[in-house]
Amino acid sequence: MEITARSLWTLIHGMGFGALYLLACSGALVELYRRYCTHNPALPTERDEKFLRIYLTAMSALAWLAVLTGAYIIYPWYRAAPPPGTASLVAFPQRLLMASPTTSGWHSIGMEWKEHVAWIAPISITMAAAVALQYGRDLKNHPQLRSAVLVFVWTSLLAAGVAGFFGAMLNKNAPVEGGPVIHIVSGEQK
Amino acid sequence: MSAPNASTSVSSATRPNGAGAAAILAASIGAFLIAVIAILADQSAAIKSLMIFWKPTGPLSGVTTCAIVLWLAVWAILHARWRNRSVALARVNAAAFVLLILGLLLTFPPIADMF
Repeated sequence: MEITARSLWTLIHGMGFGALYLLACSGALVELYRRYCTHNPALPTERDEKFLRIYLTAMSALAWLAVLTGAYIIYPWYRAAPPPGTASLVAFPQRLLMASPTTSGWHSIGMEWKEHVAWIAPISITMAAAVALQYGRDLKNHPQLRSAVLVFVWTSLLAAGVAGFFGAMLNKNAPVEGGPVIHIVSGEQK
Repeated sequence: MSAPNASTSVSSATRPNGAGAAAILAASIGAFLIAVIAILADQSAAIKSLMIFWKPTGPLSGVTTCAIVLWLAVWAILHARWRNRSVALARVNAAAFVLLILGLLLTFPPIADMF
């Protein structure tokens, strides 16, 4: 069982940061709804509050790691231009997709949307974390701030979902491969 | 019947909403700026070339860096002005939601390409 270095980075970006972020978003929404949108007159405990602050801060870190690894590690491999006379475009995913009208949309719509919309996720969740850090339990007294935080977490989920969906589909149609091969484990021989 | 407990009642002494409003409005401006700068870079070869901060990533490096720097600058300015004040949050939220929706829509290539 082997994996290329580029494929491993794609996994770290997509599964390690991106998918984990999407899961964390649903957890944050449930927690924020449970805490602030139900008819619960009690203030969250100090411990609950600390948990939410750490959770949202960790989500911000995940979101930034996802977009930064995507833009500065994987995207250069994706958009690399093949040298003149290259016969096979397999190592040049963008050019491979653009070479056929049946796949060019994955780049011209999918990647073009993903590469920009994804950045709305870390901006939105950083805002939510900052508000949680600044207001803490006092957020209970600010219904309009809470509403805005919820809307931004939803938006963050939407932006990350779009980026995740197109990331998965792009990698399915034109995987980012190459670089040193990492041997993981030997399989059984028949 | 138990006595009222400080940890289960809503405090009347609340922080002004200005700091939160600054974060909300700045984030929506940041989201909107990503779309606007991306469109500008797509429409103008000169801006596109200016946006190449790091060649392997191309114009995306400049578009996102500029949007993030502007977002943080707007946030810092609004925070400094509003942190000790209460502002009309309904209006701030309305403006923020409009900018956020525009940011999402304008990053969608078929819409962005209309400009």
